[in-house]
Amino acid sequence: MKFLAARRRSPLVASALLIGALAVVGGGYAALGNVQTAEATMAVGTETQVEKGKQLYLEGCSSCHGLEAQGTQTGPTLIGVGAASVHFQVATGRMPLAAPGAQAPSKENVYSEEDIAAMAAYVASLAPGPAIPTAEQLDYSDADIAFGGELFRINCAQCHQAAGQGGALTQGKYAPNLMQATPQEIYEAMLTGPQNMPIFADSQLPPGDKQAIIAYIRGLQDAPSAGGINLGRFGPVTEGVFLAVGVFTALIAGAVWIGIKSR
Amino acid sequence: MTDITPHQDPSGEHGSTPARLGYSPVADIPHRPRATDTDPKAARRAERQVATMFLLSMLFVALFVVAYITIDPQAIVYIPVMGDVGASNVALGFTMGMAILLIGTGAIQWAKKLMPDVEVVQQRHDMASPKRATLEAEANYERGKEESGFARFPIIRRTLIGALVLFPIPLVLMLRDLWTPNEFTEGKSPEELLSTTMWTSGMRIISDGTYQGSYGEVDSGGEMAGDISTTGDNVSSRPVRPEDIPVGGLVAAIPLDLPEVEHEEGSFNARAKAAIILVRMEPDEIRSQQGDGWDYQGILAYSKICTHVGCPIALYEQRTHHLLCPCHQSTFDLADSGNVVFGPAARRMPQLPIGVDEEGYLVARSDFQEPVGPSFWERG
Repeated sequence: MKFLAARRRSPLVASALLIGALAVVGGGYAALGNVQTAEATMAVGTETQVEKGKQLYLEGCSSCHGLEAQGTQTGPTLIGVGAASVHFQVATGRMPLAAPGAQAPSKENVYSEEDIAAMAAYVASLAPGPAIPTAEQLDYSDADIAFGGELFRINCAQCHQAAGQGGALTQGKYAPNLMQATPQEIYEAMLTGPQNMPIFADSQLPPGDKQAIIAYIRGLQDAPSAGGINLGRFGPVTEGVFLAVGVFTALIAGAVWIGIKSR
Repeated sequence: MTDITPHQDPSGEHGSTPARLGYSPVADIPHRPRATDTDPKAARRAERQVATMFLLSMLFVALFVVAYITIDPQAIVYIPVMGDVGASNVALGFTMGMAILLIGTGAIQWAKKLMPDVEVVQQRHDMASPKRATLEAEANYERGKEESGFARFPIIRRTLIGALVLFPIPLVLMLRDLWTPNEFTEGKSPEELLSTTMWTSGMRIISDGTYQGSYGEVDSGGEMAGDISTTGDNVSSRPVRPEDIPVGGLVAAIPLDLPEVEHEEGSFNARAKAAIILVRMEPDEIRSQQGDGWDYQGILAYSKICTHVGCPIALYEQRTHHLLCPCHQSTFDLADSGNVVFGPAARRMPQLPIGVDEEGYLVARSDFQEPVGPSFWERG
């Protein structure tokens, strides 16, 4: 102890300690990362798919989400978000993000289905998370549309509007219009809660309930507008504005015509 | 009391300028004859236009009848700009609208082109009654006052005034019933009714599925569902367990007893007051709560009713933990005691203290500790 006490103020000791600490942290972190990858590879996806997904990830995603998907200041961690989240974000074109902003908008998807599956397999290999729904889970052919409408109004309509037309949230964020959403995207959105959407896990809304909601949204998407121009299906407000602006203008024009002296 | 005379009528009574033929004293401009006044061909043309409009109106009525009979009410047709629309609605609306529009436009065209358009002067006279009549009315009133003896019998006059002053008292007194407890309000004053909800200590929290809760028969799979306490896979109103809600999750929820009061008097109020939302966040994301440990492992229960004017709110942003009211954009921070961060709401969103019962289901630990919904008189 005397030996240590005598030399602890030496500049060499500080350097040695720093190098030692760095080696322990770095080596430990690398070892931990390897263990995680190795474990999950066995569980999800083929090794080549995960490898390909990792390459695509490093090219397209890692600048924001980090080289190990650990998250950075510009993007959240992807460890544990699951394959469903990757498929939703990439297939709807929300990711990769074109520019930072209040919300990632849906845009044209630049990846093939294979590439998306590879990236999903890679992210799923990092940690368990919601998986891409199976064809059986997405089969809404037996679902009750009226029941789905009830569930939609309780759980979804507050943000997406009763007819799925979307709506505004705070500070530039918004709930998107659902008229182009596929059953898989709807299911994945409920499972993973993209951006500010709350999560509706299978423990809250079982697959049967989700199928009913999908059936309702599909019904809205296919529903013709029996009464004429639907004005975005926003209901009485837009209809009232249309009447107030359009019809009053027509009435004023009519009144002017009546009042003009004829020649 | 008015009479209308064509402007040609020489009248020295109104206006110093004597009216001249072909000159409008009203607009102070020369009267300009129309083409239809001077050209018989133009008059014939206008006549034909008007008659054509009336004929077209008849045609549209006939088309309406044809459309009504022949077009399938379910048929959908594509119309540019409008998109896919109901063929019957569009045809019926268009033909009926055109039929009445053409009657109107025909009538106006007739009036503008063919009926006389000479300017006229409307003469207005003093509106007062003749002096003789007002004097007579005044004399009648004085005579009535004299004959009734209103001035002569002071005791009658005073008792009548007293009776008229007291008469409104019963009307005012009955207003008291608005704030006293009675059997219809279950012995509660309006203030108590507004300050309490049906949540009690130990009341289980069930997810809101009105379809199931109200009827308990049909479910999404078409199977018969049992009552809500024995739930199958496809029933949406079911007791909530903490592990059902992931971090970032949102559940619209009601008390277990709510479906039972569904059809009773006043149940809409009970339902409105009891609606809550459950949200889950990481426990270290919760900056403050309305009471110590009112969450359960990061699950928070808040009233669903906006404290501004009572709109139901569930626009929850899971990243910012903001709850936004769609009516007037009041925004509450659920990670910070439900405090108002934006908008017109004056009070924070009331929080419901929750826990779990011995079977592991989420329960309320008490009623709300402050009134839910908008402010009211007694809250000041």
